[in-house]
Amino acid sequence: MSEPILSIRGVTKRFGGLTAVNNVSLDINPGEVVALLGDNGAGKSTLIKCVSGVHMPEEGDLVFEGQKRTFAKPIDSRAVGIETIYQDLALAQNLDVPSNIFLGREMKHRYLGGLVKTLNDKQMLREAREGLKALDIIFPSLTQPIESLSGGQRQAVAIARAVYWKAKLMIMDEPTNNLGVPEQQKVLELIRKLRDQGTPVILITHTMPDVFAVADRIIVMHRGRKVTEKRTPETNASELVQYMVGALNDFPAAA
Amino acid sequence: MVASPDTITSAEAAALPWSRRLLLLTSRLWAWVFLALLILFFVVMVPLFSGISFLSVRNSQNILIAIVPVLLLGLGQTFVIISAGIDLSVGWVMSLASVLSALALRNSFNAGVPLPFAVILGFLAAVFGAGAVGFVNGVIIAKLKVPAFIVTLGSSFIVRGLALLWSENTTVVGLPDGVRAYGNEALFYSIRGDHGGFYIFSPPTLTGDMLRQMDRILSWPVVVTIVVVAIAMFVLHRTQFGRYTYAIGGNMQAALRAGIPVDRHIIKLYTLSAVTAGIAGFLSTLQFTAGSASIGDPLLLSSIAGVIIGGVSLFGGAGTIIGTVIGALIIAVLTTGLVMLNVQAFWQFIVVGAVVIIAVLIDQSRDLIVGRHAGGSEE
Repeated sequence: MSEPILSIRGVTKRFGGLTAVNNVSLDINPGEVVALLGDNGAGKSTLIKCVSGVHMPEEGDLVFEGQKRTFAKPIDSRAVGIETIYQDLALAQNLDVPSNIFLGREMKHRYLGGLVKTLNDKQMLREAREGLKALDIIFPSLTQPIESLSGGQRQAVAIARAVYWKAKLMIMDEPTNNLGVPEQQKVLELIRKLRDQGTPVILITHTMPDVFAVADRIIVMHRGRKVTEKRTPETNASELVQYMVGALNDFPAAA
Repeated sequence: MVASPDTITSAEAAALPWSRRLLLLTSRLWAWVFLALLILFFVVMVPLFSGISFLSVRNSQNILIAIVPVLLLGLGQTFVIISAGIDLSVGWVMSLASVLSALALRNSFNAGVPLPFAVILGFLAAVFGAGAVGFVNGVIIAKLKVPAFIVTLGSSFIVRGLALLWSENTTVVGLPDGVRAYGNEALFYSIRGDHGGFYIFSPPTLTGDMLRQMDRILSWPVVVTIVVVAIAMFVLHRTQFGRYTYAIGGNMQAALRAGIPVDRHIIKLYTLSAVTAGIAGFLSTLQFTAGSASIGDPLLLSSIAGVIIGGVSLFGGAGTIIGTVIGALIIAVLTTGLVMLNVQAFWQFIVVGAVVIIAVLIDQSRDLIVGRHAGGSEE
C-alpha cells in the first residue's frame, strides 16, 4: 500500500471541559473515498475542522504528504492542497460561476507595466467552462449569479473550484444535505469522478445510502472517539448503526 | 445557505412566459424608464406653466451642477453599501473638507503661494482630511467589529464638531477672487443670438446682453465629477477591488475563506467613501468661493436616496455605478422640475421620499417575479 496522503495521529480537541475529539487516529490513502460517520455531536465535524485549520488540536499530529503540519488558519490548510467544502458552501451568491471559482485568485490583464490591472473575465469564463466540462457539469449559463442555480449545481461549483485549484484532498461536509434525490445522485457521481481522477475524499455524513454508494472505507465516531474502521464490503447498514449509537466498539481499550 | 425547492434555475428563468419576462426586464430597467418619463413630463409641463423650456442648455447645465455633490457622496456610498455597509458620516465629512480646503487655500495664498498651487493645497487638505476620517471609520469597523451604522453615526458628530470648530461656526471667506473661475468656468461656452458661437476653454470678452446670452457647458466641477464617475465605474466593474467589494457584500464568510483580505478591503472602502465626499467639499468651496460647515449634512439623505433609487441593495452585494448616476439624476430632475412648476419646495421631499420607497418595492417585486425570496441573502 502506498503512503497515506493524510495521517491523523492521536488528535484530541477539547472545548473547556468537553472533549469533542478524543485521541483519534486515521489514515487517508490516495484515490480513496473515506466516509466519516457518526451521530450529531460525535465529533466528526470538530475532527475535520482540525484538519481544515478552523480548530487547532490540543494533542496529536497531522501528517500531510509525509510532513508534519500545523494549520493555524483555514488558509494554511488550503495552501497545502486540502480543500474543505462546507455545508454553507462558502460561495458568493451574488457572483457568477467563474467569479466564484476564481474568487480571491482572479486572472488579470496588466497594463502600464502592471500599474493598472483589470479582471480578465473572458479568460476566467473559458477556464471555468473547461473545468466544469472535465467533470461533466453542464449549466445553461455560467454568467448568471449563482443564486439562480439549484443547490446541487452550487455544490458542483464548489467542487469544481476545489478541483480547478488542484486540491490534493477534498473534505465534504454533508454534501447531499438539503438536495433533491436526482441532485444527490449527481453529487455522488462527482465524488466518484474525483476518486477516479485520483483525488481522495473525506465524506462527512450521517446518510447511510451515500456511504454505501461511494465510500471505499468507513470510519465511525461516537462521543469523540473512533469506534470502528471497516472496508465498505465488510459491513452493512445495521451494523454501522450499532457503532453509531455506541452499542459496538472495536477499540474499547482506549476508553 | 439552504437550497429551497422553489429556487429557480436559469433554465427555468428563460422559460418564463413573455409577459413575466417583460415585467422582469422593466423592473431591471425601471430607473431608466422612470427618468425618461420624468424628463418627458417636465419637458411638456414646464413650458405650459412658466413659458420656458425645461431642457434648455442653461437648465440642463443647472441640473448637472446640482447633481455634483449628491452624486459624489453617492459614488463612495455605492461601494460601501455594495459591501453591505453604510457610511452616515459623508455629509459632515464633506463639510469638514469644504472648511479645510478653504482654510488651506486662503492661508497658503495669503502666505504667498501662487493661486494654482494654493488650489492644489486646498484639494490635498480636503482629500487627506476626509480620507483620514474614512480610514479611522474603516479601522474601527473592520478591526474592532463595531457596526458601520454606529461608527459612522458617531464619527459624523465628531466631524461636525471639528468642522464647526475650525470654521469658527461661520463661513470661511476671504478666498482669492481667482478661485471663482475654478469653480464656475467651464469646458465649453455657447453664445446665443446673431453674433453667437461655440467656444472651448475660454469665453470671448463680452459685456451686457451678450454675456447674458452665454451658457457655460460642463463647468469644471461637472467635468471633475464625470472623471470620478468614470474611475468609479472602472474600479467597481473592471478590477479585483470591485470584485472583492461585491464578494464581501454577497457573503463575507465566503470572501474570508477565499483568502480575500476582508479587513483591509473594508478600511479601503470607508476611506474611498470619505475621499469622494472630500472631493465634493473641495468642489463646493471652489464653486462658492467659501468654505462652509453647513454644506454637506443636508445632502447626506439625498445621496443615500439616490443610491437606493439607483438599485443598490442595502443588504449588500448588488448595485452599479450607472444606477447611482441615474438615481442622482432622478432626484435632481425631480427637484429642478418641481421648482420650475412653481410647486412649493416642501413637495420635493414628499415626492423624493415616495420614489425611494417605490424603488425598493420594485426591487423586491423583481425577486417575486423570478420566485426568489424577497430580502436578499438567505443566509
